[in-house]
Amino acid sequence: MELQEKNISPNGLEQCVKCTVCTVYCPMVQVNGDYPGPKQAGPDGERYRLKNPDFYDKALKYCLNCKRCEVSCPENVRIGDIIQMARLKYDKSPVKLRDRMLASTDFVGTMASPFAPIVNTVLGWGVTKKVLDGVMKIDGHRTFPKYTGQKFESWMKKKAPDQTVFPNQVAYFHGCYVNYNFPQLGKDLVTVMNAIGYGVQLLEKEKCCGVAKISNRLVKEATKDANVNMASVRDAVHQKGLKVIGTGSTCIFTMRDEYPHLLGVDNGDVRDAILMATAFIYQLVEEGKVKLAFRPDYRQRTTYHTPCHMQKLGWAIYSTSLLKMIPGLEMVPIDSQCCGIAGTFGFKKETYPYSQAIGADLFNQIQAAEVDFVSTDCETCKWQIEMSTGVPVKNPISVLAEALDIEETRRLNGLK
Amino acid sequence: MKYDIVIVGGGLSGLVAGIRLQKAGRKVAIISSGQGALHFSTGSFGLYGTDAEGNDVASPLEAIPQLPEQHPYIKIGVERVRQLVDEVIPFFAEAGLTMKGSAEANHQRLTPVGLFKPAWLSAEDCAVCPSVNKIDWGSTVVVGIKGYLDFYPEFLIEGLRKAGIECRRAEVSTPELEKLRNSAAEMRAPSIARVLRGQALDAFAEQLKLASYDAQTIILPSVIGLNDETAMKRLREITGKRIYCVPTQPMSVTGMRMMLCLRRAFERFGGTYLLGDNVTMGNFSDDGRLVSINTTNLGEAGLEADTYILATGSYFSRGLTAAPDRIYETVFNFDVNAPLDRMQWYATDFFAEQPYMSYGVRTDEDFHVFRSGRPLGNVLAAGAILGGCNSLKEGSGSGVAVLTALEVADRILKH
Repeated sequence: MELQEKNISPNGLEQCVKCTVCTVYCPMVQVNGDYPGPKQAGPDGERYRLKNPDFYDKALKYCLNCKRCEVSCPENVRIGDIIQMARLKYDKSPVKLRDRMLASTDFVGTMASPFAPIVNTVLGWGVTKKVLDGVMKIDGHRTFPKYTGQKFESWMKKKAPDQTVFPNQVAYFHGCYVNYNFPQLGKDLVTVMNAIGYGVQLLEKEKCCGVAKISNRLVKEATKDANVNMASVRDAVHQKGLKVIGTGSTCIFTMRDEYPHLLGVDNGDVRDAILMATAFIYQLVEEGKVKLAFRPDYRQRTTYHTPCHMQKLGWAIYSTSLLKMIPGLEMVPIDSQCCGIAGTFGFKKETYPYSQAIGADLFNQIQAAEVDFVSTDCETCKWQIEMSTGVPVKNPISVLAEALDIEETRRLNGLK
Repeated sequence: MKYDIVIVGGGLSGLVAGIRLQKAGRKVAIISSGQGALHFSTGSFGLYGTDAEGNDVASPLEAIPQLPEQHPYIKIGVERVRQLVDEVIPFFAEAGLTMKGSAEANHQRLTPVGLFKPAWLSAEDCAVCPSVNKIDWGSTVVVGIKGYLDFYPEFLIEGLRKAGIECRRAEVSTPELEKLRNSAAEMRAPSIARVLRGQALDAFAEQLKLASYDAQTIILPSVIGLNDETAMKRLREITGKRIYCVPTQPMSVTGMRMMLCLRRAFERFGGTYLLGDNVTMGNFSDDGRLVSINTTNLGEAGLEADTYILATGSYFSRGLTAAPDRIYETVFNFDVNAPLDRMQWYATDFFAEQPYMSYGVRTDEDFHVFRSGRPLGNVLAAGAILGGCNSLKEGSGSGVAVLTALEVADRILKH
């Protein structure tokens, strides 16, 4: 009678009933005939690879790790994890210098920030793009995110004393993008959290979540960063009794799920304390612990784009529910689909065209929606959508920061 | 998260109930563990196609009153069934899905192997006729696509010739479709449907026009229109011919279109659709109510509702699980009407009536489920999880899914 219980393999491999629904919803299959699709690359191929690693198919490099296969799977097979594990385990080809650079967000960010004005100007030059395209094989069509002169961490350190006055505290995993490219999002988070009575703290030590390193097969480096982050998260959660919130869905997803599934870094004791900021705020509002007041003159029209990892987390409802609370914000629904960038994938010359082809449908839907801006929880989706549609993209936290009546919200939450 | 109604199961039944309730102003969330059984749809709905003796049912509405007491239609009530069936075509039309057919008289749908089977409603592009001796298609050409292997024209031609239709075979391709032949993911119906839009669709239409020559009707595999019905309209416009489709191997393009249109309608009315999440636990109160559910993604914060609908489907959709020693309701372990003695589940003759096919959750006259022998006042069941009939043998699966969903939604709205 225990037959079925003994029939368990990693990532639900044997649960696959071969229905092919994953392949139908794979964004890569739709644009790239060389990619065999998640069913074949995942559970089917794994059966062969278990017998002989030589069955490893190099086309697995095309997997975006979007996890839309897993979301569509009715049997809960961790198809994306099977594919990514196979890449990490069986692909023995050396990692290119370009991939190392694209994946080393902390290193590049730290180097670029002090010279931000120069770096931004130079990266914008046509000649630079040509050189990057020709020599580095970073696609010349791609617009680079701008680097900031003052890192978010530096700004935050100056603000640290102000943050201690708040009755409640929360730790913020800002991620590389907020730190090196777009501190304004971090500042918006501080504005919103402060207005509802929460002081914001940095983690003891923060490294890149590691997603770019994982997708570029730099497992050792990613694991090192993951261990640093987990030590800081444990310190925040266990020692300081804080939740750790983030504004980038991929960072949060990576720390919650990719650490244990792909890197073997255990997070079981703190996983529930790692949250998207929108989930954290929504739950406080729902429990009646905080109140939000909105500006009466705020009038905007937006659509929410569900980033793949937000879809996998299943937390888009928190962001959309928060946005729906804003009386002056009109929301237009669009289909949930991949924007195509998939992090560093969309920067590489050999895969850039696939990125744009995958996103084409989404870009059309966004343009047809005639919105003032798109809201989304992922920074790379932001780059992709802004570059490809010309429509500005805002994180829901930034939308909140704009739409909140800060004074009134502070008052409602018992602050002076 | 708080809702008026949470529906567990995002297939045909869950979506129909969700649209009905959300449109009536209730706040509804649907939680779905992956994509549903609509992806295997023929594009036709059966209300009641084959009676207990194995004969085709001519008029479902006339035959339904003779069904046994435990049948979901009888539980809905014969008069209510009469009212509800009239609402189905407008209901789907509002979601952008044109359905044809009537509950007064079944029509016949052409199957992929060239047989005709009774159906109640069919998607507008399905190959159907009022009855096999009344097919007005004129000279017909069955058109395959080069390299597409999930379509069997010879079976269709044989079946159509038996029905007295003058019929021939053709095959077409376009450069875009040729590219698809080389795809490592193989040439499947949805991938063809994705290619056939815009200019590629127009080019395909021109090829179709040439291949059909003087034929009046074109039969295609169901590979047109993943998003909506516009692609088929365009194809007919360019060719100037009648075009009908025959179901393919899964995934079904017609089924995916239904899924997408229903989900869009639900979301357009303001509903929340949670895809790829699973209920991990139900929290029950002492007075016999389901208070809240925990889910894999939402954890203990979970979902809270006044009323819940269980629309998880049968074995195929994992609503029911058959273990070696028992058959149980998978999500909450609600009471089922299955005997413990395994020997009673089967008939030894494979083609005989199989008892296990009609198992489902136990419900009271108002569709409330039972937990440990007590009815749950705020949990209702709809669709295949209800049991009480062998829908495969009867050809009643979609009918039960749609009608019980509408009925359960209406009963919730009345309270």
